[in-house]
Amino acid sequence: MSTMTIHKSLLDGAIVAKRNLIKIKRVPDLLVFSTMSPIMFILLFAYVFGSAINVPGLSYREFLIPGIFAQTVIFGATITGAGLADDIQKGIIDRFRSLPMARSAVLVGRTTSDVLNNVLVIFIMSLTGLAVGWRIRSSFFEAAAGFLLLLLFAYAISWIMAWVGLIVPSPEVVNNASFMIIFPLTFIANTFVPTNGFPPVLRAIANWNPVSSVTQAARQLFGNTSAKYPPPKDWSLQHPVIYTLAWVALLLAVFIPLSVRQYKRAASR
Amino acid sequence: MGDVIRATGLVKNYGNLRALDGLDLAVPEGTVLAVLGPNGAGKTTAVRILATLLQSDGGSAEVAGFDVASQPGKVREHIGLSGQYAAVDEYLTGFENLDMVGRLYGLGKRRSRERAHELLERFTLTDAADRTVKTYSGGMRRRLDLAGALVAQPPVLFLDEPTTGLDPRSRTDMWEVIVELVKAGSTLLLTTQYLEEADRLADDILVIDHGREIAHGTADDLKAQVGGERVEVVVGSNADVAAAKTILSELADGACVVEEHTRRITAPVKGGAGVLMEALRRLDAEGIEVLDVALRRPTLDDVFLTLTGHAAEVEPAADAKAKGKGKGTKSAPAEFEETAAR
Ligand SMILES: Nc1ncnc2c1ncn2[C@@H]1O[C@H](COP(=O)(O)OP(=O)(O)OP(=O)(O)O)[C@@H](O)[C@H]1O
Ligand SMILES: [Mg+2]
Repeated sequence: MSTMTIHKSLLDGAIVAKRNLIKIKRVPDLLVFSTMSPIMFILLFAYVFGSAINVPGLSYREFLIPGIFAQTVIFGATITGAGLADDIQKGIIDRFRSLPMARSAVLVGRTTSDVLNNVLVIFIMSLTGLAVGWRIRSSFFEAAAGFLLLLLFAYAISWIMAWVGLIVPSPEVVNNASFMIIFPLTFIANTFVPTNGFPPVLRAIANWNPVSSVTQAARQLFGNTSAKYPPPKDWSLQHPVIYTLAWVALLLAVFIPLSVRQYKRAASR
Repeated sequence: MGDVIRATGLVKNYGNLRALDGLDLAVPEGTVLAVLGPNGAGKTTAVRILATLLQSDGGSAEVAGFDVASQPGKVREHIGLSGQYAAVDEYLTGFENLDMVGRLYGLGKRRSRERAHELLERFTLTDAADRTVKTYSGGMRRRLDLAGALVAQPPVLFLDEPTTGLDPRSRTDMWEVIVELVKAGSTLLLTTQYLEEADRLADDILVIDHGREIAHGTADDLKAQVGGERVEVVVGSNADVAAAKTILSELADGACVVEEHTRRITAPVKGGAGVLMEALRRLDAEGIEVLDVALRRPTLDDVFLTLTGHAAEVEPAADAKAKGKGKGTKSAPAEFEETAAR
């Protein structure tokens, strides 16, 4: 690829991202819904379950918030799939596909705007977290790295969702499918409760679930850990940052080409 | 001048259904080809293949000198497409839609803004420019979509049923725009259900059904295929039908057809208005009361009906009311047969 085409494909991606962001601005319900449920989660878990869940040496709320961040950004990434499926259904993809624009631009634009959406969501969540007693106990750079890792992980998930959005027949299917998959994925993990008490098989799955590693990494980077509650011995949770980054690299390496190929193919349905 | 659009033996299957079955077409530079056909004939499929949105299962096609299958990127640099269903973004305003398309075509910031304003003006959307497309009517969306196809002033245009859903005034405007584009040198392929449209705009008409060509030629060629002019007379009383038939048979160039219940006699003629006058004179001399008389030339409607065995099907709702004549479904938006006398 020449620098000319790279430049054009980034520019096209930015134009498409801008268009997606305008939509968020025009339909604020989207943002309201994508932040309301995590805020509700924070309040429910903090005040209802939190009273019964005990994490040694740490307030449950500090334990909880990074987990909710992880769950929320992953759900945020599902917008990518629903958005693409919606674009196909509404026919605007036909316009894009008839233009001399970079083939990857629609996908790059989509995933980029969804990350930006997630930035906003995380910001709102952080304020809610702070309000219920969550604190960052690390340095500024570590905390920034924590947020960055969460967003990066969500970005990788966006590319899975992009592929899903291009193969399903309608946006509703994306929403239902992601509900079915992402709920178990984010619950069979250390997001809401320590995994120690899980039955053995479930515990193994949970500990190697990248959602657990990104949550563990965020906890460490925000300083929401306690010597009295060391992470499980599994390698994935002993080296959560590296393990998470490896997943990110793997997902991107697989799903970017898959999605771009599917985009070229996807005829309007 | 060479063919700017050329397709040979295009085949497209959807499962067991053969949507295109060896379609050939050619559009020389600066001309207009109208592709005509009933619902499901394969018009949209053909357009989508030519516009690189769909891959064919057989045959080949070239647009602006580039192969659609192997050089789709090059093809896209030279085409503008307005598909059958408006491809516009509901959450953007009309202006933002066109501006975005301009930028994606690679026009600079300022140029694409200018162009968006020009087109909004041209398609009388200036008042709605800053409203989101969600609030647009169907016809406004349609016009915005067409404007989208013209943003980069591409030399080759594909318009899939460009005037479906437009009111008569917008339709006439659209025709003007199309005529201007062709004058300026654009090459155009349009599909339509409106025979009047093909008659007015096209240099060449291709009638297809079941993915295959069933007729091809200029509007006049096609009309000639279905036959020449005829005189139609409706007499006032059943008793006069036989006498009137005798008179018309003397002037006719073939067998007369009588519809007893409507008291209508149709006679194929040669000689146009002169024959009509003579018929009237003789009928009058016999004291036969004439309720209606007309000289009819075949319309593309007749062509369509004769060639495909069914009338063009889709009819804009607004026109449906205006036409009381029972001739099954008809599609021409306005009456355009020539009527010599009433
Ligand atoms: N995606 C698809 N999957 C299955 N069949 C399809 C698909 N698209 C088109 N077809 C079929 O292919 C045939 C040709 O369709 P096409 O849309 O090209 O017709 P058309 O001439 O544009 O009709 P219309 O006047 O209704 O727009 C039809 O029988 C249609 O049912
Ligand atoms: Mg069609």
